[in-house]
Formats: sequence, structure tokens, C-alpha cells
Amino acid sequence: MSDVQDYKSSLSNADSRKFETFSYLPALDADQTRKQIQYIVNKGWNPSIEHTEPANAFGNYWYMWKLPMFGETSVDAILAELNNCHAAHPNNHVRLLGLDNYAQCAGASMVIFRGKTV
Amino acid sequence: MAKNYSAGVKEYRETYWMPDYTPKDTDILACFKITPQAGVPREEVAAAVAAESSTGTWTTVWTDLLTDLDYYKGRAYAIEDVPGDDTCFYAFVAYPIDLFEEGSVVNVLTSLVGNVFGFKALRALRLEDIRFPIAYVMTCNGPPQGIQVERDIMNKYGRPLLGCTIKPKLGLSAKNYGRACYEGLRGGLDFTKDDENVNSQPFMRWRHRFDFVMEAIHKAEAETGERKGHYLNVTAPTSDEMMRRAEYAKEIGAPIIMHDYLTGGLSANTQLAQWCQNNGMLLHIHRAMHAVLDRNPHHGIHFRVLTKILRLSGGDHLHSGTVVGKLEGDREATLGWIDIMRDSFIKEDRSRGIFFDQDWGSMPGVIPVASGGIHVWHMPALVNIFGDDSVLQFGGGTLGHPWGNAAGAAANRVAVEACVEARNSGRELEKEGKDILTNAAKSSPELKIAMETWKEIKFEFDTVDKLDVAHK
Repeated sequence: MSDVQDYKSSLSNADSRKFETFSYLPALDADQTRKQIQYIVNKGWNPSIEHTEPANAFGNYWYMWKLPMFGETSVDAILAELNNCHAAHPNNHVRLLGLDNYAQCAGASMVIFRGKTV
Repeated sequence: MAKNYSAGVKEYRETYWMPDYTPKDTDILACFKITPQAGVPREEVAAAVAAESSTGTWTTVWTDLLTDLDYYKGRAYAIEDVPGDDTCFYAFVAYPIDLFEEGSVVNVLTSLVGNVFGFKALRALRLEDIRFPIAYVMTCNGPPQGIQVERDIMNKYGRPLLGCTIKPKLGLSAKNYGRACYEGLRGGLDFTKDDENVNSQPFMRWRHRFDFVMEAIHKAEAETGERKGHYLNVTAPTSDEMMRRAEYAKEIGAPIIMHDYLTGGLSANTQLAQWCQNNGMLLHIHRAMHAVLDRNPHHGIHFRVLTKILRLSGGDHLHSGTVVGKLEGDREATLGWIDIMRDSFIKEDRSRGIFFDQDWGSMPGVIPVASGGIHVWHMPALVNIFGDDSVLQFGGGTLGHPWGNAAGAAANRVAVEACVEARNSGRELEKEGKDILTNAAKSSPELKIAMETWKEIKFEFDTVDKLDVAHK
């Protein structure tokens, strides 16, 4: 039994709170982030940035940062907007979506800047 | 010019073999694999199948002349060799759409796989594929919600969903069962699942199971901040009872319920799917009994047909086989019926066993569920084969983790996210799988132990039902 490790997760431990895709991995580094943005661009999806107070992350609607970046294919431009959003809302989760207008559904969604979970 | 009535037995091919017939866009088309009795000509057997699966019977009857039989009859219009197998041949039959009640896969199957399968002139008969014309598709209700709506309801984007079937299959009390669900969900699963034979037995009546499982879902959601579900199996002895269980699942806020469409029956399934659509519920479909129908390469109904039948009858998830796990499934054929579940148009492709173009129009897709004998080491291949629009379901591969369900779930969640992250970055999953998982395990002790536990397990039996290809 001493070999069995406890699974550390509880209502009172804010570190237990996740935020969907990639939230079980360590935060993406700069290079990994660029590759994920490139993937969204390669798919032909529209990049879109949203943010929220971590306490309200469960809902469907986070705050939209400006408008979806329709037709934007520059990784640098998308990254710059992510940074702008983060600078304006340093305590919030900031996520990047790839909006697939044919499926009318996000093809990708990932938190790029992680706020402090509650 | 009116015809005369002459009693007696005619050869089928005089009426039902029409090699010059060009199928109409509205015809339902079927491809049968026929193994005839010795000495019976192919055209005669093909015509007999067309006759017995449509208007014909063994003798001429005077009432044939009261109707326009030449319009209503099924037409055998082509015959082909089966590559690599001289004992049988393919026969293609066209049926006018008027032969079938609108929106009733029950009616279509009753004709196409009815009496004809016991016909003495045949040694064996297999329904390989059906082309449903868009005109017929549009009369069917289809999946209650579809893939995109499910993603929005469950808030899962850009990755396969993760599930786990609770084991042991039978015998747990409702409270212990809810515990097993809670542990899996808090560890990072999106769904847990009732096993197919969990209905409402003396050791665990359905209503207690539903209540305990809902508590598990609520607590896991509060704990992880993510949306969770459990496929509450509403398969029941009567459709009234099935609906009672479905209504209760909705009442307590469950997002998804489950039905066994073959053992439960297609009428019940279609009824439940329509109810789910009207009540905003997701519907997970299990396929118990399918292997009785689809495994024998010479007799029965191919799974690609059962897939089309389910998409028309209605379901949001359908078990598809894993290709890599413990259950039967040829890779190319599986890719074929996965497309049949999800895509809006599927082209004829004999290399994947698809005999007809199939247009689904605006009918939503079904999410394939890969389940059975899979564990973390299979993850790279599974993500590569199934892509994002799938549910990857690890039963033993979650619950068998040496540290328990939550750790097993976390291991699978880390593995699937690592694979998606790597795939998006342009890496080749099946080639670099070991490296990707090993790297991910550096930050996940749960994954590391899982990889040590299951390293050696492999299932390498040959497939019984292979695609028909020349192998001589």
C-alpha cells in the first residue's frame, strides 16, 4: 500500500480546478504556443481570443477580446493580441480558439495564459 | 395492353433480373454477397434475392395483376465477382423508394434482411451495403444532437473525448458504483459509462444508480471545474419503462443517456432518439449483438449497414471498434464506417468496403466510440486513427491503474492531451508515440506508472472478417 500514491484533488484545493484541453499538461512554452497557433492557421480556422476571471470559467461565455481575427494568418499578429489581452487582464485565463465556420464549432480551444484558479 | 393471368412457378430472372436497368437517384440500392447452392445460375439467384426482398413470392398469384408490379418490384441490375473468393458473388439490387415507409429503418430492414435470408436456394447471404437516397434520409430523424452540439453542451473542443466503462460489469451496489464513477471523473474523464448489461438488476436498481451517479457528476464538476457526464443506460424490458428511465435522467439533470439499439430494438431506439432531440439530451448507443449479425464474412449484415441504420434511427455516439484493442476490426474497413458515421458525403471506395456513394445531406453525424482492451500505449494510434471527433473509452485501462481510477483517468487525460499537442505541432504520432508519452510522463507520475503497468499487453489475433481482396 505504501507504493500507492494519493490523488491530490479536492474542493478546497484550487489547484484541482482545470480548464479543458491542455490543462492537464504543463503550460505551453513560447515555441509550443507558436506551433499551436500555426496549427489553427493551417486549418483555415479563424483565431479568436477570450478571457475570464478564473472563478467564472465554467460558463459558456467568456469575455471576447475585441472580435475574432477573421482571416488572420500571421502567427506574430495573433501572438501579439494574446499578449495584449493578457496585459489588460493579467489575472484572467486567456484562451485561444480556432473557429471553424463550416462546422460552426470551435475546432481548437486552449488556455494560453493561466490565471490563478480558485 | 393488359396481361393475362397464368398460374404456376416462373423463373425469377424473367421478372427480377434487369441488367439494363439504370438505378434512379431515389432508389434504395443494396449490395448482397450471395453464396448460392451448387448448380443454380447467378442471375437466377440474384433475381430470387431481389424478388424475395421486395414484391415476389414463390408462385404467380392473380392479385399480382391488380397492381403495377413492374414498378414496385426490386430489380437485380448487376453481378460482380468477389475478389479472392469463388464461392460467392456480389449482386446489386435497386428498390423503388415507394416500397418503404418514410422514416422507418425497421421497415427497410424487414424487407431487405427478412425472409430472403432463409431462402433455400442460398447457402448464405450477406447484406454488404445499402445506399439510402437523400430523399429517404430526409424522412428520418437522425442523431438527436450531433457532434458540434455535443461539443458545445459538454464544452470539449479540439481533442477526442475520454470515457470509461465501469467494471466489474455486474454486481456493484449503486453506492459503490457511483464511487467508481466519481473517481474516474475527478481524475479527468469527460464521461463514465454503464456497461451494456447494467439495466436494473436486483443488486442495483436503476433509480438508485441514477441518483448516486448524479452526485458523482456534480461533485467531480465542482472539483475539476469541467463538465462531466455518465451514460445512464435506459435500455429496458419495454419501451414504456425505457421512457420512464429517460424522463427521470432528464429530471435529475443528466446530460446523456444510453441505449442498446440492437437488443433494445430499432423502434424503441428511434422513439428514444426523437425524445432526446426534443428534450436536449445526448444519446450514447451501444451495439450488443452486432457481432452475431456482422462477423461472418458470408452471412448476415455488414457493420457498415448497421452503422447507416443507426445514423438514420438516431444516436449521438456509436461503438465502432478500436482497430488496436481486444475486439475484432480491420483497419481500412473501420475507417470506412467511421466516415459513414461522421461525414456528410461518403464516396464509393472499394478499398474500404464502401459500395455506394452516400449523401447524408444536413443530417448530423455520430461520434465513433473506440472501446475495448485499450490503454495508454494505444493512445498515439487511437488519436491518429480516430481524430478529434471520437470518444476514446478505457475501462480496464482506467480502473486497472495500480493507484486507482482517478490516477488511471489522469494518466489517460495527460496522454490524450500530449498526443493532440504533438499532432498539432506536426509530429507523427504512431512513429514518435513512445517519445511523446515518455516526455509527458515526466510531469505525470500517474502516466509513468500506467506506462510501466501495461507495456507488454498486445492483442495480435488475425481478423476473422476481412475486406474482400484477392489473396490468391
